[in-house]
Amino acid sequence: MAHAAHGDEFEVLKFQYEDMDQQNDSYIVGMWCFLVTEIMFFGMLFLTYSFYRMNYQNDWFKAHEQLDWKLGGINTANLLFSSFLMATAVRQAQLKDRMGVLLRLGGVLVCAFVFLGIKYIEYSGKYEHHLFPGPGFAPEVSHFHGANLNHVQLFFGLYFAMTGLHGVHVLVGILVIGALAMMWVKGKKIVTEDYIPTELVGLYWHFVDIVWIFLYPLFYLMPNPSGPNSGGSH
Amino acid sequence: MEHFHTNPELNYLTNGHSLRSWLLTEDHKRIAMLYLMSVTFFFFIGGLAAAGVRYELMSPAGNMMESETYNKLFTAHGTVMVFLFLLVAIPAVLGNFLLPLMIGARDLAFPRLNLLSWYLYMAAGTCITLAMLGGGADTGWTFYTPYSSMYSNSNVSLTLLGVFLGGFSSITTGMNFVVTTHKMRAPGMTWFRLPLFVWGHYATGVIMLLGTPVVAITLLCVIFERTFQLPIYSPELGGDPVLFQHMFWFYSHPAVYIMILPAFGVISEIMTAFSRKRVFGYHMIAFSSLAIAFLGFLVWGHHMFVSSQSMYQSVIFSLITFLLAVPSAIKVWNWTATMYKGNVVLSGPMIYGIGFQGLFLVGGLTGPFLASYGNDVHLSATYFVVAHFHYVMVGGSIMGFLAGLHFWWPKMTGRLYNDTIAKWNAMLVFVGFNLTFFPQFIVGWMGMPRRYHYYYFAPEFTPYHILSTMGSSILGIGFAVPAFYLIHSLFKGEKAGDNPWNAHGLEWNTSSPPPTENFRYKVIVTDDVYDYDPVAEHENDMLAAGGKA
Repeated sequence: MAHAAHGDEFEVLKFQYEDMDQQNDSYIVGMWCFLVTEIMFFGMLFLTYSFYRMNYQNDWFKAHEQLDWKLGGINTANLLFSSFLMATAVRQAQLKDRMGVLLRLGGVLVCAFVFLGIKYIEYSGKYEHHLFPGPGFAPEVSHFHGANLNHVQLFFGLYFAMTGLHGVHVLVGILVIGALAMMWVKGKKIVTEDYIPTELVGLYWHFVDIVWIFLYPLFYLMPNPSGPNSGGSH
Repeated sequence: MEHFHTNPELNYLTNGHSLRSWLLTEDHKRIAMLYLMSVTFFFFIGGLAAAGVRYELMSPAGNMMESETYNKLFTAHGTVMVFLFLLVAIPAVLGNFLLPLMIGARDLAFPRLNLLSWYLYMAAGTCITLAMLGGGADTGWTFYTPYSSMYSNSNVSLTLLGVFLGGFSSITTGMNFVVTTHKMRAPGMTWFRLPLFVWGHYATGVIMLLGTPVVAITLLCVIFERTFQLPIYSPELGGDPVLFQHMFWFYSHPAVYIMILPAFGVISEIMTAFSRKRVFGYHMIAFSSLAIAFLGFLVWGHHMFVSSQSMYQSVIFSLITFLLAVPSAIKVWNWTATMYKGNVVLSGPMIYGIGFQGLFLVGGLTGPFLASYGNDVHLSATYFVVAHFHYVMVGGSIMGFLAGLHFWWPKMTGRLYNDTIAKWNAMLVFVGFNLTFFPQFIVGWMGMPRRYHYYYFAPEFTPYHILSTMGSSILGIGFAVPAFYLIHSLFKGEKAGDNPWNAHGLEWNTSSPPPTENFRYKVIVTDDVYDYDPVAEHENDMLAAGGKA
């Protein structure tokens, strides 16, 4: 650390750390620890998903046809693009390009809102067709080609639990990215002098993106277990 | 050095007296004290519920209370003790207080997160207490579905919310420990100079990070299923309740090690300090902590030997469960070897520590009984299991907590308590504990099922239950007495000085109680951990001279 920078450093350096390197290292290790807990958090749901899908392949295939793979696909592209923007925002933060960072963070926020908007359209569609599990679950039997409706309900139970939890993470992401953007707007030294806070928010956002990358094919792009190209049982 | 700007006359207790300065503190030592008061309170509540359970079992007829009341009592006892006491006591009180001191740091890596973890803990406690006041839950602390998710008419959701919040409190504590151990060590404090207390808490932190999120989401799903009828486990729809058990025990078996690994750390410190001797097999104790943390995640299936799990699964889980005995035995063996030929000082903390070893030994040796697949079919859900996990979790965790609290009390408060009373009380707890739980092994072997509030079908169980209830009264006294002499010491106790036990470790180099910034100088570690040289050298001389060891 250059000695001249010490005055600035002191402003953002917390009492318990020796220097900025130690502080930043701790933040990064802390963030990865947090992401590990998130992986375990979602992991349990993915395990539940694979267990039921293994048991009810045909019923779940028929249930999944109610999901719109095009809307999901748009959202996938949308999130991938936002992740790209976020990665470049971190780069601009390293270059201390304030406007560059703000533009890209703004782009990420727009993508996040678009994602939630599309999710809203999908959710309300399911709700109108009485596909939300629970007492109101009353789907058109003909849509499911003789599938066991109980298993269909189980499918939608997990669909709403997993995409809902992911949606909550997007919402939290909007808040965190919004707070970060505000700090850039105000020119707070903690973000302008040091790219680590921006990078940490970026890591979170990439995580949210990755979870969706798994959710999309698992829910929207199921192969037909009895179809010719599936490799499944006939 | 420019950071050391507080008044040198002040320590963490005198630096600010307002309620605000306590409730908004980011000082790990104050947060530890907040935790100490809260866990003591919840321990009292859990103990009351236990007393109710034991009282009911005095007679075989079971006519002192309704079945439903009894179910709510043992649920309250289990939930409060596990989630609000055992999982929290040592890491959040002693770990919070000592971990930064032991590695020469000024605080944990994330002090504000640490304060948040206490508030989450209090929110958890509030939810669980409110649920109890509103009628209680009757599912048992394991919340097995579908009873908990579809049929029980009690306050399950609020209790689960409490457990969920408690989980987050645990995650933030674990994160703090892991990051602090990695990044906050003073210059010269290498990994193999870390006190074993820190190794124990590091391993605990890893379990908290990997296990707790799984149970958090599992229980959240039960709340979803109860409130929104969002099916996840519901067998009516083809869901699998055993899946819940897998998820639940994937956390809850390793959670046993969250309760016991910190205690191992405490005991390692005490054994070496009061044997005046370098701990035997330092590396083995450190690695066995990590081994326990790792293996702990691979054994959950032994809770499901009598469920729908396949025989082959059970055999494998049985085998891995046996493996866990190895690192546990390494520890007990090494503590014994540490005492061997040491200048053993039988102080209060040491007697608590030796009591811990006795109880943990019984608990540990009864583990393989239950890990044996065939044997477990006979013992599953009997009082044998109850006795086993009380020996391990309560004998381990509470004895370890008491031992550690006595050992570091002079450091935390700057005062000495009456060591003679402490010694006698340690023995009283040991006797009371064995009288409470040993008869339960026998009555469990005879077939007494757990969670029954009557046994008129088998009046021959009565004497064992009466012995057990008598023991629990002694145990209750044994747990109450320290509160009196420890609080008395705060006002009338002698000044402790920096290092009343003449022990090694950075925490004994700073003043008692420690100043807000922990050390008044820059810490640089130059000597090895547990450098209790005189005895070791003497032994080496003996060996060199060809004397009989």
